[in-house]
Amino acid sequence: MADKVLMKGNEAIAEAAILAGCRHYFGYPITPQTEIAAYMAKRMPKIGGTFLQAESEIAAINMVYGVSATGKRVMTSSSSPGISLKGEGISYLAGADLPALVVNVQRGGPGLGGIQPSQSDYFQATKGGAHGDFHMLVLAPASVQEMAELTVKGFDLADKYRMTAMILADGTMGQMMEPVSLDFAAGEPVEKPWAVTGTKMARPHNIVNSLFLKPEALEKTNFERFERYERIKETEVMYEEYMMEDAEICVVAFGIASRVSKNAINEARAQGIKVGLIRPITLWPFPEKAIAKAAEKCKKFISVELSMGQMIEDVRLAVNGKAPVTLCNRTGGMIPAPEQVLAAITDAAK
Amino acid sequence: MNGKRITIFSGHYGSGKTNVALTYALSEREKGKKVAIADIDIVNPYFRTKDSEALLAERGIRLICSEYANTNIDIPALPQDIYAIVDDKSLTCILDVGGDERGALALGRIAPAIREENDYDMIFVANRYRPLTATVEGAMEVLREIEAAAGLRFTAIVNNSNLGAETAAEDVLSSLAFGEALSEAAGLPLVATSVAEPLQAALSGRVAGLYPIRLQKHL
Repeated sequence: MADKVLMKGNEAIAEAAILAGCRHYFGYPITPQTEIAAYMAKRMPKIGGTFLQAESEIAAINMVYGVSATGKRVMTSSSSPGISLKGEGISYLAGADLPALVVNVQRGGPGLGGIQPSQSDYFQATKGGAHGDFHMLVLAPASVQEMAELTVKGFDLADKYRMTAMILADGTMGQMMEPVSLDFAAGEPVEKPWAVTGTKMARPHNIVNSLFLKPEALEKTNFERFERYERIKETEVMYEEYMMEDAEICVVAFGIASRVSKNAINEARAQGIKVGLIRPITLWPFPEKAIAKAAEKCKKFISVELSMGQMIEDVRLAVNGKAPVTLCNRTGGMIPAPEQVLAAITDAAK
Repeated sequence: MNGKRITIFSGHYGSGKTNVALTYALSEREKGKKVAIADIDIVNPYFRTKDSEALLAERGIRLICSEYANTNIDIPALPQDIYAIVDDKSLTCILDVGGDERGALALGRIAPAIREENDYDMIFVANRYRPLTATVEGAMEVLREIEAAAGLRFTAIVNNSNLGAETAAEDVLSSLAFGEALSEAAGLPLVATSVAEPLQAALSGRVAGLYPIRLQKHL
């Protein structure tokens, strides 16, 4: 056990980012993700990195744009209302095909909402997140260990596909403390011939921009970008299956909801109910094939969410009418109890 | 932790201050003292003393905390009855201070009165499994930052090294050298090695100053 440390999820993200080679962090405080900024403020000066508390979320995301254009690994983090503010910058990153890591430790909304955990930014994260035709890679950790590992993975994927990777966590994941092993390989460095690093008069200028003067050129770029998205859908889907071998009822849940669901599933199994879990780890790309496959044998699906039901739309698309899909939820900063999920499972088993 | 009128628990955030402070408050109350526990954490809106409100009320321990604790109002507010800590000399006061130097700033307002009365202990709660206090140097840095912000000197150290629910007896044993080295570096007595109650049996007789603590129910 001696190789483990006790960390908050937020701290695990920050330390993992440093392990992944990120030396530039720009952010602005907001509960429940402020420990990421606080940790970076302590660590970055000691390792020759840059921590900067920007004057606003909008400033921070544009600083991310600037550093990313130079080819360096860079990140920002916030919580729901702050992510909305970053929306413009996130769209510009997509338009310029720049890699970046953006962390959203979600809280209850809409509006200022509250500081308790939520998953109600699912639509915002998985359907684009701002204006224009684009996607982000969206990673949903369900433990402090995954907060660390998916941060490294996020940087790698962002560089590989030249796009924003978002860690979509919730307040619980950010605040809870668990033992973490940080003994994992840092990501592979990726060549970035497009980066603005100075021509040394030896090559043409690289230009990083999201403005296109001709609509034909913009359309071509968008088509190419979405071809890349299709490749990502084929190769980068991640999910966990739990007790799905003989399951007749399938629970779909991510993040903290998946942990609550596992407890409920264990209890239901003890009662003889054949129920399992599909836990999406990538929310975009969504594990639609795994769910479609489960729909060939499962009679009912339950989407467990800390929202009014957002992921359930993707579950229904994947199930494609083959079985009923119901919602088991709390919202506004509340978390479903295992008893509530168990009741939904026993209802479905009737 | 020797029965001073005011006992202040401070340290790096996530070191386990709240659990140690709560346990100490319960033990002081069991001695028949009139006890108050003051949550003056202005940093972290989660995992607060107020989570144990029902238990404290049942034991007759006064809870001094911001009226905004455990609400969605996320502001660094001090309790309105904070001066009871220094004004009501009939109270045995346990102070649960927010993490790091930012949390310790909240002590500034009452530190002059605490210094003047001079009947206090200030305990540095240390956890070597927290990454920023994993070394004696790291822990000393936090300790000195807190003292500067608080305007008070620590008087003792509690080694509360733990890995949360996964803590094994071996993890405690392998932290003992750290506790002693920190004590020596700070020139302060190591007054206890605190462990969650379920580990007490396995460590009894193997750890000097073993101090079993009760845990608030977390997720």
